[in-house]
Amino acid sequence: MAKEYRTIEEVAGPLMLVQQVSDVKYDELGEIELPNGEIRRCKVLEVNGTDALVQLFESSLGINVEQSKVRFLGKGLELAVSPDILGRVFDGMGHPIDGGPEIIPTRMMDINGQPMNPAARDYPNEFIQTGISAIDGLNTLVRGQKLPIFTGSGMPHAQLAAQIARQAKVRDGSGKFAVVFAAMGITFEEADYFVSDFRRTGAIDRTVMFMNLANDPAIERISTPRMALSAAEYLAFELDMHVLVIMTDITYYAEALREVSAARKEVPGRRGYPGYLYTDLATMYERAGRQEGKDGSITLVPILTMPDDDKTHPIPDLTGYITEGQIVLSRELYRRGIRPPIDVMPSLSRLKDKGIGAGKTRADHANTMNQLFAAYSRGKDAKELQVILGEDALSEVDLIYAEFADAFESKYISQGFETDRTIIETLETGWKLLSMLPRTELKRIKEEFIDQYYGKD
Amino acid sequence: MKSAIQGRIVKVSGPLVIAEGMRDAEMFDVVRVSDKKLIGEIIEMHGDRASIQVYEETAGLGPGEIVVSEGAPLSVELAPGLISQIFDGIQRPLERIKALAGNSIARGVDVQALDRTKSWEFKALVQVGTEVEAGDILGTVQETELVLHKVMVPVGVSGIVKEIKNGDFTIVDTVAVIEDAAGQAHDVIMMQKWPVRRGRPYREKMAPDEPLMTGQRSIDTFFPVVRGGTATIPGPFGSGKTVVQHQLAKWAAADIVVYIGCGERGNEMTDVLREFPELLDAKSGQSLMKRTILIANTSDMPVAAREASIYTGITIAEYFRDMGLSVAVMADSTSRWAEALREMSGRLEEMPGEEGYPAYLGSRLANFYERAGAVYCLGKEKRIGVLTAVGAVSPPGGDLSDPVAQSTLRIVKVFWGLDSALAYKRHFPAINWMNSYSLYADKVGQWMDRNVAPDWSRLRDDALKLLQEEAELEEIVRLVGQDALSYSDRLKLESARSLREDFLQQDSFDEIDTYCSLNKQYKMLSIIMKYYYVGSAALGNNASYNELVKIPARYEISRFKSLPEDQVDERFERINRELEEQINAVMPQGV
Repeated sequence: MAKEYRTIEEVAGPLMLVQQVSDVKYDELGEIELPNGEIRRCKVLEVNGTDALVQLFESSLGINVEQSKVRFLGKGLELAVSPDILGRVFDGMGHPIDGGPEIIPTRMMDINGQPMNPAARDYPNEFIQTGISAIDGLNTLVRGQKLPIFTGSGMPHAQLAAQIARQAKVRDGSGKFAVVFAAMGITFEEADYFVSDFRRTGAIDRTVMFMNLANDPAIERISTPRMALSAAEYLAFELDMHVLVIMTDITYYAEALREVSAARKEVPGRRGYPGYLYTDLATMYERAGRQEGKDGSITLVPILTMPDDDKTHPIPDLTGYITEGQIVLSRELYRRGIRPPIDVMPSLSRLKDKGIGAGKTRADHANTMNQLFAAYSRGKDAKELQVILGEDALSEVDLIYAEFADAFESKYISQGFETDRTIIETLETGWKLLSMLPRTELKRIKEEFIDQYYGKD
Repeated sequence: MKSAIQGRIVKVSGPLVIAEGMRDAEMFDVVRVSDKKLIGEIIEMHGDRASIQVYEETAGLGPGEIVVSEGAPLSVELAPGLISQIFDGIQRPLERIKALAGNSIARGVDVQALDRTKSWEFKALVQVGTEVEAGDILGTVQETELVLHKVMVPVGVSGIVKEIKNGDFTIVDTVAVIEDAAGQAHDVIMMQKWPVRRGRPYREKMAPDEPLMTGQRSIDTFFPVVRGGTATIPGPFGSGKTVVQHQLAKWAAADIVVYIGCGERGNEMTDVLREFPELLDAKSGQSLMKRTILIANTSDMPVAAREASIYTGITIAEYFRDMGLSVAVMADSTSRWAEALREMSGRLEEMPGEEGYPAYLGSRLANFYERAGAVYCLGKEKRIGVLTAVGAVSPPGGDLSDPVAQSTLRIVKVFWGLDSALAYKRHFPAINWMNSYSLYADKVGQWMDRNVAPDWSRLRDDALKLLQEEAELEEIVRLVGQDALSYSDRLKLESARSLREDFLQQDSFDEIDTYCSLNKQYKMLSIIMKYYYVGSAALGNNASYNELVKIPARYEISRFKSLPEDQVDERFERINRELEEQINAVMPQGV
């Protein structure tokens, strides 16, 4: 059995220093036994000679420097997985909290995973129909993509994420589908919204949930997303399922990371976040994707509340540099009653070009998408002018564009959280709107498509 | 050979390992850490304690484990077999790792950078008895259809060729024997090794002046880079940095492209791996992969190897430059590289400079970009080799006051500033013409006037001026509306819009528009500007503005970009003619 140490020297925040240890390895998992027999977990952040600096995964409440014992387990933090994890609810450390039995593991997964060899990745190019026009038509999601939702407090990101989870399908309907849900620091009510929505639609049976709520120890949040991704990797790459991972909220995760970094007195980067925030986020996000020779896939939709709706805040900023695009919610659209309030201009799906077109969606998709963007952008400019200078200041064409922008928002974007549109319906809606414009304005569409679809009802 | 220096780990903190008993090791020596044989590099020495940055995940390492020095600095292997490969940051071939370790990158995989078993057909170019010096070409290997690999006399060797062979050899077989002045014989194999942190030597540097064609209109016409120049693409996320880099890697008129994916997305490297073999080179019709080398250290791979990756890439590029080739290096993104530097610096407990970056950030960056250039290579025949370097910068929040962006701007000569406002409007490439610049523009303009068309620089300057004026007029329109403008100003706005939409915007995903020849660029620009010149003159002669903006030739101009190259000349003539006729038609009669 592993050696036990009673040599805890100090406990400060989430950190603990254990002295006179031998044979302790970097990143090793440890157990702390409290005087009352309770077991807490920790991991080694640094070994220096016979000193080990460890990071607690759980609260430090009740740790007694004199009487607590520390054991090092010679392995990293692991998650027990088996096909039975589907339909279960776990806490942020991977223990079942739904009253069901412990998982009898068929495998133990190291929650840190291993970097995927870029030469072994399969490029994501399979169109996922979410039934939401602003996503399907303009910022198309594909299997194996990581596409975060950038939102602000008080906006309906949960409804949107639940809608995606509920409606997402591939057009040929192939493959087994599962949802992995990781809650990090969100409130009970928000978590409950997801649970009841999954229950209502019957999705709960193919869902695995990891819950770290606002009142759970912040420090557990650091392992929660990794638990969820390990479960997703198991389902995707061993059970060949198509897994949609929803993680909410990345902001709380990053704050937990900052807490540990500050406790270690590291040189802070922007706004006090550690300099390795980018690398840390990347090791999570990059676990999404497809692999050669495997049928399954991991599609990742993290939800991220931008502090003060500021997209240049380090968390959304660094996330945007790693993920393959972003869906941005707009408070202005939300106030105007547009549901879902997706602001399509700053939203982007980097992988859309490989997932759309003939054989995937429809041949005219790329052209109409570009034209809709261009027209909406010009329409918004025209409306801005209209506000300042009045309608008279607009040229004939600009007036049409201004009308187009309004119609686009109300007919194309604002479809509600319950409507499930097929991609064909989305494209038809687009053409109906484009038909408001004079034909010569459709500079981004090939003649053949204009002939085929322009002005048809 | 010294006996191996062996020390023991005393401290492990992330990718930094400190070992004692290393007094005899040298700075920047490569070491193997623990019995897992993880690769690391010595970056600091304090007495007998060496600080080592480890290029692989260090989980599971602890004090007491052994560290063995390999007695040589981090080096790359240079020989036939480099092209079409994908390597990690320390030149381990990822395809081989996949074959050995599956879809994930396991630790301590021991693979050689280049295949030692494959035979290449070596054709000798010198005879026995020839006197050779470092850099002289001994023979060639046709590495791919696009690349004739020249086997050079390694640096430090010169003398008389005593023996030279022809035929099939592996890269470690002796192909020649050279006897130096002291009478000592040197066996020459095809493979050379070179330490990545030291630039490969050349005879002399020169000022570059020939443009590097990229087939991208806003770059070639407005903000050109020269062969041997340096450029940077800063921009916030979503502004299309990577797409521009990929476009350059695809279409730049270079013999060799080295693409360094440094701390970026795994799928982007996969994209290159999947897409490039299917794309054909505009000149030769061969697959683009046959001239491309990829260095991939994706963001989830160990951070220390990211620091090494750009040196690995540029050293390989220099090797091909030494053969007298034109090489282009793309580094995406140097900000991630700088972050790796910052992370190591933090772990070393160095005093931080701006934003936590180490104080030597600027000098390291300068060092990297200075390895680009046009040079006379080593060797008697005075070959000219060029190395062009393009680095992406990912400034936080798109803010260019970021230390990495600022340090880069001090060094490079071309700045392609990407703008998120343009990207939101789906104006791609989102290169902002208002703040981008190229210090090579004048030189390239003269070259273009000589080689493409005599009025090239005039058109370019007028077009830029027109775009500038548009920005000023837009301000006025925003305040008082378009009606307040004179007709000639309104024509300026229309013509500038045409410049933006019909010329600057270029669709990288469109089969035809993705690459635009200089001839087509010139004709597009010339016809758009012609509308402006002739239209302005017509307005001066009381032509109707409303009729002028409606002439059908403008629709033809907007379709010009999707025209295949072989129809360009004919269509140009036609539109040119129609444009004049139609503008004449809107003039009041009797003028």
